[in-house]
Amino acid sequence: MGRYIARRLLLTIPVLIGASFLIFAMVYALPGDPIRALGGERPLSPAVIAQLREEFNLDDPLVVQYVKYVGDLLQGDLGTDFRGREVSDTIVQRLPVTVRLTAVAILIEAVIGVAAGVLAGIRRNGFLDNLVLVSSTLVVSVPILVLAFVAQFVLGLQFGLFPIAGVQEGWYSYLLPGLVLASGSLAYVARLTRTSVAENLRADHVRTARAKGLLPRTVITRHTLRNSLIPVVTFVGADIGTLMGGAIVTETVFNLPGIGRAVFDAVAAQEGAVVVGIVTLMVFFFVFFNLVVDVLYAVLDPRIRYD
Amino acid sequence: MSGVVLLSACGGGGDDGSGAEGAADGGTYSIALYSDPENPLVPGNTTESEGAQVVRSLWTGLVEYSTDGAVEYTGVAESIESDDNTTWTVTLNDGWTFHDGTPVTAQSFVDAWNYTAYSPNAQGGSYFFANIAGYDELQAPTDDAGTITGDPAAQEMSGLQVVDDRTFTVTLSSPFAQFPVTVGYSAFYPLPESFFADPEAAGRQPVGNGPMQATEEFVPGQGFTVTRYDEYGGDQPAQAQSVEFRVYTDINTAYTDVQAGNLDVAPDLPPDAITSVEAEFGERYLEAPSSGFTYLGYPTYDERFSDPRVRQALSMAVDRQAIADAIFAGSREPADAFIAPVVDGYREGACQYCQLDVDRANQLLDEAGFDRSQPLELWFNAGAGHDAWVEAVGNQLRENVGVDYSLRGELDFAQYLPLLDEQGVTGPYRLAWSMDYPSPQNYLEPLYSTAALPPAGSNTTFYTNPEFDALIQQGNGAASNEEAIALYQQAEDLLLEDMPIIPMFFDVEQAVHAETVGDVVIDVFGDIDVAAVTVT
Repeated sequence: MGRYIARRLLLTIPVLIGASFLIFAMVYALPGDPIRALGGERPLSPAVIAQLREEFNLDDPLVVQYVKYVGDLLQGDLGTDFRGREVSDTIVQRLPVTVRLTAVAILIEAVIGVAAGVLAGIRRNGFLDNLVLVSSTLVVSVPILVLAFVAQFVLGLQFGLFPIAGVQEGWYSYLLPGLVLASGSLAYVARLTRTSVAENLRADHVRTARAKGLLPRTVITRHTLRNSLIPVVTFVGADIGTLMGGAIVTETVFNLPGIGRAVFDAVAAQEGAVVVGIVTLMVFFFVFFNLVVDVLYAVLDPRIRYD
Repeated sequence: MSGVVLLSACGGGGDDGSGAEGAADGGTYSIALYSDPENPLVPGNTTESEGAQVVRSLWTGLVEYSTDGAVEYTGVAESIESDDNTTWTVTLNDGWTFHDGTPVTAQSFVDAWNYTAYSPNAQGGSYFFANIAGYDELQAPTDDAGTITGDPAAQEMSGLQVVDDRTFTVTLSSPFAQFPVTVGYSAFYPLPESFFADPEAAGRQPVGNGPMQATEEFVPGQGFTVTRYDEYGGDQPAQAQSVEFRVYTDINTAYTDVQAGNLDVAPDLPPDAITSVEAEFGERYLEAPSSGFTYLGYPTYDERFSDPRVRQALSMAVDRQAIADAIFAGSREPADAFIAPVVDGYREGACQYCQLDVDRANQLLDEAGFDRSQPLELWFNAGAGHDAWVEAVGNQLRENVGVDYSLRGELDFAQYLPLLDEQGVTGPYRLAWSMDYPSPQNYLEPLYSTAALPPAGSNTTFYTNPEFDALIQQGNGAASNEEAIALYQQAEDLLLEDMPIIPMFFDVEQAVHAETVGDVVIDVFGDIDVAAVTVT
C-alpha cells in the first residue's frame, strides 16, 4: 500500500506540470492587452506601462515566461497579480472559504443523499422511493444558478431563515450555499445509493444473512451498505474536487469570497499568475482526492489490494 | 415582510441637533463595494471607483468639492495662489495629522507626489503630474518597442519645492489656471513618512489623514471596517463611529441584502430594480447627477466619417430620450452637451445636433454623398451590458436614415481598448468618460486635444483641430476661473460643430439605504460621502 501511494504521489508531479503549462499557455493565448485594460478609458503613462510589462515578463515568449514562473514557484513564490497583491496571499485568504463551502456541501450530499438513497432502496416503488425519484429529477434538471436565486429569495429573503450573502455569520452562512452547491450531486448520490442498495438486497450473501435470521437492521448496515457504498464513495470523493472548482456560481450569488470567484475575476482580467496558481491548486486537490478514494476502496472492498 | 415601506423621516438622526449626541457614540453601518478596490490601497494607484470610495473616506486632500463641483477650502490647504498660473504657492492649515499621529506637512505632499510620478513605482495616477516641471525626468526611458532601457534621470520633480512645514511651491511646465481645482483628486493626497518605509503594508492598512481610519487590514473579497479618527483636522468629522466596507461581486445580492436589512447603504442599483425601487424605498432612494458621460466616438480617420456633416447627421438621427426610457428606465439623461452637468460651465441644450431631426439628418447625408448601401458597424466591448442600447441606436439609424447596421460587440475590454488606440475600428464605437476633477477642461483636453492622441492620451477619435488646442491652452492660462470657462466653452463650440463623437447620455448616480441610516449623500464623484452618514 505504501509503495502504491508513493507511486501515485510521484505521478502527480508530471500531471501538475502539464496542467500548469496548459493553463499558462491558454491564458497567454487570450487576445488583448491586460495592462492596457488596467488603465481603462484613461491610458496609463507609457513609462508605467513599460514598467508593468517588464515586471510581469509580458514581453517574453511563452516558454520563457513559463520557465521564469516555474523558477519563482520552486522558490515558493507564486507571483503577484497586476495590482501588486501576492497570489499566495489571495489563496491563503480565499481557500478557507471554499474549503468550508465544499465541506458543508459534501457533508450534506453524503448524509442526506445516502440516507434518502437507502430509504428509497429498501422500499422500492413505495412512497419514499417515488418522492426521492421525483425530487432528484427536479433538482438535477434545474440549473444551479436558478436554484441559487430561488433559494436565496425564498429561504433567505421571504422566510429570513438564512443569511443572504457573505460569511459574517460563520458556519451558518455556509448552510444555504452549501445546500445549493450540493443539490445536484445530492440527487445523484441518492439515486446511486438507491440502485446500489436495491441490487445488493437481492445478492446471495444478503439472502443468506436473512435466512440465518439476522435482524433486518444488521442485514442492511453490515451486509448491504458496505458493498453498496463503494460506488457512492467513489463519486463523493471525486466530487470534492469538482465542487471546489465548480463553486464559482454559488460563491458569486451568495457573495462568498472564495477561490472560485477569485479565479473568475482573474480570467476576466487575464491575470495569468493568479489563474495558473489557483487552477493548479485545484488540479492538485482533484488528484489528491482521487488518490484518497482509491485507497478507501481497499478498505471497503477486501478483494482489492494494492501491493 | 418584504414590500412594506416605512417612510421614516430619518428619525431625528438627520437633524443638525443630533450632531453632538451622534459624536458621542455614532453607531456603525455597512456599505457595499462591487469589487475589490485596487490593492495596495494607495491614493496614487487608485483610479477606479470602488477603491476611490474607500480611499476618499480615509483621506482628505488639499481642497474639497461642494455637491455642485465648486472648490472649497475645507481641506488641508489654507490657500493655493499664483500670480502667473504657473508657479503656485500652497499654504497648509495647522492641526492636520495622519492617523499614526504624525503631522501633515508640505513634505508629506511633495514626497507623495514624487512617489506617484516616479515611473518605476508603476502608479496608475502617475500622469496626473505630467504638467509639473521635471515630470519627464522621473519617467524611465524606453525604446521604440516600449521596453525600458534605463533608470529615470531623477527621483524628484524640480517643480516641487518645500518652503517650510506649512508651505510648498509647485511650478508647472505651462500655465494652468485650473490647478487648484485638480488637487482635490485622490492622486494628490498626502502620504505619511511610514508609507515610504513599507508601501506594501501601507497598501493593506492605509494611513491617511481623513475622517475615517483603517484599524485593520483590508481582506480581499470581504472588505474591512474603518473607525472614526478623533483627531481629524477638518471641520466635518465622521458622524458614525465605524463603517464596514463589504465587498459584493453581485450587485443583485447587495440590493437583496438592503431589502432584507443586512446592509445599510448600497450605491448603484441592479438595472432590473430601477422600475420598482421608488415604490419600495421611497425617500430612501437617492438620485444625483453623475460625472459619467457615455458617447459613440467616430473614427474620424476613416474616410466615411471624415465629413463633419455625416457626423452631425448621424447624431441627429438618434432619439436619445426614447432609448433612455426604453432601455435604462430613465436612469440616463440624454446628453445635450460635451461637458457634463455636474461641472461649472455646462450649458443646457448646447448641442443642437443632439436633437432628433430626421429630415435635416437625411438632407445632410445627401449633401455629403454618404453611401447608405454600406451598413454601419457599431462597436462596443463585450460582456458589459452595452448590447441593448447600441442595438437600439442601430435600429434608430436604420429607421430614420435608412442605413443598415451590424453589431461588433465581440471584443473584451482588453482587446477593445488597444484596437481603439491603433485606429482599428470601422464605425462608431462606445466609450465613456467620468471626470477626475470638476473642471470643463477635464471633459475636453484629454479627449479631443492633439496632445492626447494615443498612446499618450484618450483621444481615440483622432480628432485634431489647432484652433481647439489653442483655445484649451488659452483657457488653461486664463487669469480667472470665469475667463477660463468662457474659453473652454468656445472650445466646446468647435466640437459642437465638428462632432467628433455622438454624445449619448449623462449618467445618473443612484443609491438606496436602510432605515437605520440617514444623511446619505452622493458626492460629486458619485461616491457616498462616508463621513456624513448618520446612524439613527
